[in-house]
Amino acid sequence: MANKLIGQNYTTPDLVAKVTGKAKYAEDYRVDGMLFCKLLTSPMPHARVKRLDTSKALAMPGVKAILTADDMPGAAAGATLGENVQSTAQAERGLTNEPLYQGEPILAIAATSELEAAEAVEAIDIEFEALPFVVDPIEALRPGSANARTQGNVWVRPPAPAGGRGASGDAARGRGAAPPSPPPPQVTVWKWTEADFANAKEGELPLGKFSDEWSFGNVDDGLKKADLVLDETFMTQSTGHQPLETRTAMAYWQNGKCYLHGSTQSTVQTVASFARWAGIQPNQVVMISEYTGGGFGSKIPGSIFMAIPALLSKKANAPVMMRITREEEHFIGRARPGVIARVKAGFTKDGRITAIDMYAICDNGPYDAQGDARTAGTTISLAYQPQAMRWRGLTVLTNTPPKVSQRAPGGMQGVGIMEPILSKAARRLGIDQVEIRKINAPSGKAPFGPTLPNGKQAYVTSAFVKEALDKGRELFKWDEKKAAFSGKRQGTKARGIGVAVSPFAGGSIGFDALFIIKPDGRIQIQSGIGNLGTHSLFDVHRIVAEMLDVPWEQCDVVFGNTAKNLPWTCVSAGSQTAHAMTRAAHAASTSAIKKLQEIAAKSRGGNPEAYKVAGGKVSGPGGSMTFAQAAQKAIELGGTYDGHEVPEELNNFTKTSAKALAGQGLMGVAKDTYPRDGQSQSYVVGFAAVEVDTETGAVKVLDYTAIGDVGRILNPRGLKGQLFGGSMLGLGHAMTQRWAYDQHYGLALARRFHHNRPPTILDAPTNFIGDAVDLADPETPTGIRGVGEPPVGAAYGAIMNAIADAIGDDAFKRSPVTADILLTSLENGGKRTHETLTAHI
Amino acid sequence: MEDNKMSEETPQSASRRNFIKGVIAAGAVASSSAYLFRSTTLHGQPSAAGAVERLITLNVNGQDRRIDVMPQDTLAMTLRYKLGLTGTKLGCDRAECGACTVLVDDVPRYSCSVLAHTVRGRKITTIEGLADATTGKLHPVQQGVIDEQGFQCAFCMPGFVMATVGYLKTNPNPTRQELAHGISGNLCRCQDYDKILTAMMRGADNARKG
Repeated sequence: MANKLIGQNYTTPDLVAKVTGKAKYAEDYRVDGMLFCKLLTSPMPHARVKRLDTSKALAMPGVKAILTADDMPGAAAGATLGENVQSTAQAERGLTNEPLYQGEPILAIAATSELEAAEAVEAIDIEFEALPFVVDPIEALRPGSANARTQGNVWVRPPAPAGGRGASGDAARGRGAAPPSPPPPQVTVWKWTEADFANAKEGELPLGKFSDEWSFGNVDDGLKKADLVLDETFMTQSTGHQPLETRTAMAYWQNGKCYLHGSTQSTVQTVASFARWAGIQPNQVVMISEYTGGGFGSKIPGSIFMAIPALLSKKANAPVMMRITREEEHFIGRARPGVIARVKAGFTKDGRITAIDMYAICDNGPYDAQGDARTAGTTISLAYQPQAMRWRGLTVLTNTPPKVSQRAPGGMQGVGIMEPILSKAARRLGIDQVEIRKINAPSGKAPFGPTLPNGKQAYVTSAFVKEALDKGRELFKWDEKKAAFSGKRQGTKARGIGVAVSPFAGGSIGFDALFIIKPDGRIQIQSGIGNLGTHSLFDVHRIVAEMLDVPWEQCDVVFGNTAKNLPWTCVSAGSQTAHAMTRAAHAASTSAIKKLQEIAAKSRGGNPEAYKVAGGKVSGPGGSMTFAQAAQKAIELGGTYDGHEVPEELNNFTKTSAKALAGQGLMGVAKDTYPRDGQSQSYVVGFAAVEVDTETGAVKVLDYTAIGDVGRILNPRGLKGQLFGGSMLGLGHAMTQRWAYDQHYGLALARRFHHNRPPTILDAPTNFIGDAVDLADPETPTGIRGVGEPPVGAAYGAIMNAIADAIGDDAFKRSPVTADILLTSLENGGKRTHETLTAHI
Repeated sequence: MEDNKMSEETPQSASRRNFIKGVIAAGAVASSSAYLFRSTTLHGQPSAAGAVERLITLNVNGQDRRIDVMPQDTLAMTLRYKLGLTGTKLGCDRAECGACTVLVDDVPRYSCSVLAHTVRGRKITTIEGLADATTGKLHPVQQGVIDEQGFQCAFCMPGFVMATVGYLKTNPNPTRQELAHGISGNLCRCQDYDKILTAMMRGADNARKG
């Protein structure tokens, strides 16, 4: 491929609309006769609706309809909710008669104004029966403790097929060696014994019975031969995703179709999930989402609550706008599962990791099982390449807001759990922090995760982590800072530096791309990618302009509305898009180039292969044709040329779209069927220098450097933005972000931004460097991998390591590392005094 | 307060309801035209003595706009639902995130926390009013965003741009540090603060160059 556009900065075509206020997010649409809806939400962490009388509310002026749990479709086990999303019988339904967390919606009222709807909510006659609840996952495992659901307190999978099972979250992302899909988990009662708790020392995670396990190599031997063995317990916190745009949605029905204006990360992939949630057919859905105000994993295929305005609208026979407030968003807006882990790690005296024995508890919230604890394990196995590893875990239910993937799900937690151990080992062994990470760094087709039924581990497409560490060491001026900063105190200020390695899945395969060269010579590119702010919506389509050798300004990208005939597209999540959709764009461009050559040969004579596509023309022995002429000719020829015939392997979604667009010009359409050996993983290494005020506990990040091994650079400014934004999310987890629950009443104490403390512009590092090694991934034709996730863990780990470097390895065993943790530890001779096993405090 | 002098002269002959209808543009499906948030009948609302005037004039983006507001209506809701100016975003509705920042007499204010009737007679500027109304030429700070591909999801962008425009009126030549402090009342959850600051500094530079 040429290099006129890829790796170059440009201005995305949606930016003027955004900067002038014309860009419309879900709450910016207005429809004639639009009603407003308000929710009645649970005041208790777990309850059953004993009595409900809506008659008084329904009789109030302006009230048009009331929707309750009885109006919602049932949760069917195994129903597909879009890519990678399968429901279970215990799944969420949008409204409920048995709320499982404070703030869970019970019913919704539509009225002519929001005030009337709110007044009607007050007039609802409802009585709850309080049920037992638990907000702390360890508490939920104590003998005789309450269960978060009436059915039990843990998700347990029935016995696995022999030979262990693959990482379920990773399975759909690639084929290193496809692991068998595990049987669906069930909710059961599962408690540890008094002896389990008694056997653990203070601050240590008890090693009670577990439900899930995988391993490779011989962990016992590895620990035996180690020169240094560390045994550490660490707690990572749950945090809300808190996108700045809440999950507001507006819906109306027209001619049997539901028009849904919603906030979603993915355009095409939201159709099936929304249809399932609303109990309607996908072909009844028109999903409109041109601009989304962030998601970070909380809106991957939209939000289940989109079903509420859709069904209320049907009931009231009028459009319904559901504005979600920030406080409601705190409860229903999804959260990252906290992971509590105990890790025993063995090191040789020269720093190589011989074995890791990990035991991890996932604080799952009340609904479907999340894979974060497991992914934390596979991430550790990749990032630090232990010679042997065993992972054991348990997914525990709590009456806290529903958990779902948050940017680097499980990966961030894994890095945060392991990095402080690696730093401590390096200090004990007298090895440089960058060196010990290079010694254990993944390289080439690095293996990771469990031993599969074929006796081998899955492996990655490529890894250039050592190169990234070298580049970062130089740009950050590690050696200089080590001499000047590391462990140095000046008055009340203690300074430290830290480095961390963070991998995460970097791309999926097998999706479609679709575009048309129009008779006016312009290229109309259909995009099913969501516009959630990553710029990948536009970035990936520059492949088309690059390969067809036309100016980017000659391309129009059609997006954000499933009535506009879009192709089958990956979810805009998990750093998949840049990889998956540049592959698809490459395939469709290749198909269009072939068609251009054939049309030129038919029109001008000679062999198709003798014609070259360049400069907006196709030229060869018989002369040349402009794209406009070729498009006109394609329409005359029909068949495959103008999209009347399309490749059989396309997804049906794409076929329907191609059919609607056939005959408009020369159609480039193809499925990504390129081979791939290994699973695509991206990597970021982070370097941090911090200053801790030992009198106030305030921490300032002075310098931060993030270096990506993310394949070829697609959009330099986009890359730097992702590196910085992801790093800030990691910084937030290391230093500020948390929520708090009253353990006695199960109620949220921190519900708003000023409680939850996401970082502000003043928390940002004083000096930031973001760059990448810019080495092509060998297993994808474009060389590009994703970048969104791995910066999060890198900053989380590097900043915590830097704080430990400043004030000692034993000062904290949980995050965020807040001022009170630092000050109490400093008072106590550098040893933590804080609680390690209670979540959400 | 100066506000007290601003009560409107409402012609008695004008039917309030007809007036409201007149304010509302005929709504096309899913248009961004003005939308009456609290519609027609006005249940249970006191119109007794002590209530503030409901029919008021706001000067928004250089135009006098006649609107009917409830005493509790915030400026943000009024702009978004009565004037169709949806560029002003609601991120928290409680003065925590700054997404709703507008200028009131050139001073950045959280419009979620300003009651509409308190800004009668003031000069209100929203993101829609920054570009030149006749030529469409972007404001220098808006141009800074374009020059640097600032922001990601951009839900926070109108607030950041308005806060920056307001700050630059008091300090046209800030350092990065000063500008960061000046706009620290705005939250970005994509957290692309580095690029935001670069874009805003570019905007300040554009403004100085004219």
